Amino acid sequence: MTEKRYLLNTQLAQMLKGGVIMDVVNVEQAQIAQEAGAVAVMALERVPADIRKQGGVARMSDPGLIKAIKEAVTIPVMAKARIGHFVEAQILQALKIDYIDESEVLTPADEECHIDKTPFEIPFVCGARNLGEALRRIAEGAAMIRTKGEAGTGNVVEAVRHMRTMNREIRQLATMPVEEIMTFAKMNGLPYELALEVKKLGRLPVVNFAAGGIATPADAALMMQLGCDGVFVGSGIFKSSDPSRRARAIVKATAYYNDPEQLLEVSMDLGEPMVGLDVAHMPDHERLAGRGW
Amino acid sequence: MDHAAAGFGVIGVLDLQGGVQEHLDHLRRLGVAARPVKRAAELAGLAGLIIPGGESTCLSRLLAIFGLDRAIRQAYDGGLKLWGTCAGAILLARENVGEMPCLGLIDIVVSRNAFGSQLDSFQCEALAPAVAREPIPLTFIRAPKIVRAGEGVRVLLPMADYIAAAEDDRILVTVFHPELTPSLAFHRYFARKCGLSVAGGDDAGVDPDWTPHSWMDFSHHV
Repeated sequence: MTEKRYLLNTQLAQMLKGGVIMDVVNVEQAQIAQEAGAVAVMALERVPADIRKQGGVARMSDPGLIKAIKEAVTIPVMAKARIGHFVEAQILQALKIDYIDESEVLTPADEECHIDKTPFEIPFVCGARNLGEALRRIAEGAAMIRTKGEAGTGNVVEAVRHMRTMNREIRQLATMPVEEIMTFAKMNGLPYELALEVKKLGRLPVVNFAAGGIATPADAALMMQLGCDGVFVGSGIFKSSDPSRRARAIVKATAYYNDPEQLLEVSMDLGEPMVGLDVAHMPDHERLAGRGW
Repeated sequence: MDHAAAGFGVIGVLDLQGGVQEHLDHLRRLGVAARPVKRAAELAGLAGLIIPGGESTCLSRLLAIFGLDRAIRQAYDGGLKLWGTCAGAILLARENVGEMPCLGLIDIVVSRNAFGSQLDSFQCEALAPAVAREPIPLTFIRAPKIVRAGEGVRVLLPMADYIAAAEDDRILVTVFHPELTPSLAFHRYFARKCGLSVAGGDDAGVDPDWTPHSWMDFSHHV
């Protein structure tokens, strides 16, 4: 990837700011998402809540399904590759989708290495729990970051934890004398040059979305008020009782995240949200956010 | 009375979704007063309004839900100048191939996402003599094409098989993103179209201090 291509890829993410990216598993859902005002769709075979329930190995979706979704909508189409599975990424690039999510929601293909994203032309978004993880992914070539949260739970607590952690570490860097940065970078696994850049910018050097457990308009606005640039909603829409209505409400809440009166209005009469899972008592092997190195 | 607060000489940037901060940053670099616009009441007194790039279906839904489409048409009737970049151009077009038009205020036909996927996004340089005497950098992100311009619409930047920039007396449309480049030339051109006096002649308007991160000054920090 040339520097020019990388810039174009970060700039596509900029155009998604303030928007909602929705998980969809078929053409019909993709059309509902677009109609509701999604800025992009994530095409996959199973939403995270079902992956969690059904278990087994979760892989890249059938390219035929992704292709059908791509043909059905005009908004950007994203799809997931397993962590470290650079051949799945090559296939998705050949399919000419718009963004690849190297995602912990799928079963990792490599437990030591992520994909080297620099040889690709296509942009990547990656999940992160903290600043070190975000900057390592950027160093590998990611053009966009999202919180990991805990996908498929309908519980926003982990996304909040990850965003607060990143914000805290960014604030620490911002006030830190330069001579302390190398040790901070070493302790927290931050690539040094990127740490210097974050210190200067006072934020991540690429667009950062919220993801993992967002189920209500209030969840989306919460993540926006915590400083996210936009929102991914996975299982939260199509696992609720009225997906179209909920999708519209979350789009509105993300645009008007700072306006409690609007948030009140869009939060009313949405029907049942997806069933939520308690994360605090979840055994470690069931936690998806722990995947990533 | 604070004239800037009332909107006199101020250019608004529609702040629903997309490249809002990038335009605010370019206007600041030009020395033009600017403000984000989220509600109909915030259109009052503006000299011009930029409808930024983003996703046109998302923007059109939000415009309709909050009645901003009516408010923008009304303000336009009252003399508000408009500029649409990328998705903004789609929203302003009278005709949109295969889709319903949104604001439909300028007599052009646009074809959405006409280059392909993100892998077909590109950067180039071109000369738009009415805007700058030097070539300026252009960034196309999943861009639409203007495929036809009606009478009364001036073509500012013709390309091989489409039009990249055009205008009529009150509306400017560009399918590319000047706010994603160091060039302030199109913002200067629009500010002048809005009746504001802006220094800087007619060069490429390249701001050497601009970086791809400049927009982040306008993203909210926590």
